[in-house]
Amino acid sequence: MARLSFELVSPERLVFSGAVTEVIVPGAEGEFGVLAGHAPFIGTLKPGILTIKAEGAPKRYFVRGGFAEVNTGGLTILAEEAKAVEEIEPAALRQQIADAKEDVADAQGDDALQRAERHLADLEQVAEALERGFAAPAGH
Amino acid sequence: MASLKDLRNRIASVKATQKITKAMQMVAAAKLRRAQQAAEAARPYAERMETVLGNLAAGIVGNSQAPVLLAGTGKTQTHLLLVCTGERGLCGAFNSSIARMARDRAQLLLAEGKEVKILCVGRKGAEQLRRVYPDRILEVVDLRAVRTIGFKEAHEISSKVLKLLNAGAFDVCTLFYSNFKSVIQQVPTAQQIIPATFPERDSAEAGPVYEYEPTEEEILADLLPRNIAVQIFRALLENQASFYGSQMSAMDNATRNAGDMIKKQTLTYNRTRQAMITKELIEIISGAEAL
Repeated sequence: MARLSFELVSPERLVFSGAVTEVIVPGAEGEFGVLAGHAPFIGTLKPGILTIKAEGAPKRYFVRGGFAEVNTGGLTILAEEAKAVEEIEPAALRQQIADAKEDVADAQGDDALQRAERHLADLEQVAEALERGFAAPAGH
Repeated sequence: MASLKDLRNRIASVKATQKITKAMQMVAAAKLRRAQQAAEAARPYAERMETVLGNLAAGIVGNSQAPVLLAGTGKTQTHLLLVCTGERGLCGAFNSSIARMARDRAQLLLAEGKEVKILCVGRKGAEQLRRVYPDRILEVVDLRAVRTIGFKEAHEISSKVLKLLNAGAFDVCTLFYSNFKSVIQQVPTAQQIIPATFPERDSAEAGPVYEYEPTEEEILADLLPRNIAVQIFRALLENQASFYGSQMSAMDNATRNAGDMIKKQTLTYNRTRQAMITKELIEIISGAEAL
């Protein structure tokens, strides 16, 4: 199977770099899979779980804020936060959810309110998925 | 003339100082390595961000709908200087060179009749600027309690800046920090972050044609605020590396100076001791001859 070169970069460091077969990305307008030979593409991310498929068990990362860029060289994801699912501290996630709730309460104007609510919903979905332990990953 | 005991004390005190500066130099060297790694690890992110934003921005320039962060407010009356310095001293000219650059810029802008506001990150720069422009400092962000600078701190600063922008408090924002070239060379740098500027590129080597999801405008609106945080983050990391680099060379100098001083003092000490012995001998001999 054709390989796709993939890089996951957070502001602090390069989180993942290597050749993989498929990456499933939580895009702002829905999840999308990227295989080798994908057309050039730029899309923003929503907070969610990114799945990397290569040999062995798929690796899962929590990503938040940023964008994905596909070009002829492969896929690059720049995320404000990128953490392996195993490293996520539930307390930190709860804090983020609490912050998001505050944002919803503070939001002024329909546009901002909508955006804040979507952000909160995405985070809650992640928390839920984590609790379930990926027994049934969302949307698959 | 100082007595032998005075001289001995003086030497001991310089030796103690030398030990401290030597230890500080070694600590700075160890921290420098980590700071340098952090700065290098952050580079790919900032560079990619710049390329993608540059691509997007090229397509949208001239559009009257362009976001404020890219096109500016249409005025250049009020300038916000975001001055990033260290939290500690004992690092040579590191803090003062950044503060001086900001001060010169402020002077220039004021002479042109513009309004200047200052946001300080780091206590040392704030102390220096407060002397000259006590009323122009809006806020001082203190990072003393922060052990390793993470993206979170940069994000907090950027949301402060964006809040000020939305409140119409300024039109142009310039970031001041020290760019880390090498251990012995740190270059104070001024970078305009609002409105955003991108390096000029040849239109001939345009990249592939991208598909966008959502639309270009929406992606741009999402990425531009993030870019501010990324630029601030990069500046903080460069600053951190520069700080330890300049502290290391300052402490190296101090250690060497202390060594020179010890040498000089030891010479004086030995001379004085010899002079006293000679004097005592003369006294004994002349005493014996008198008998």
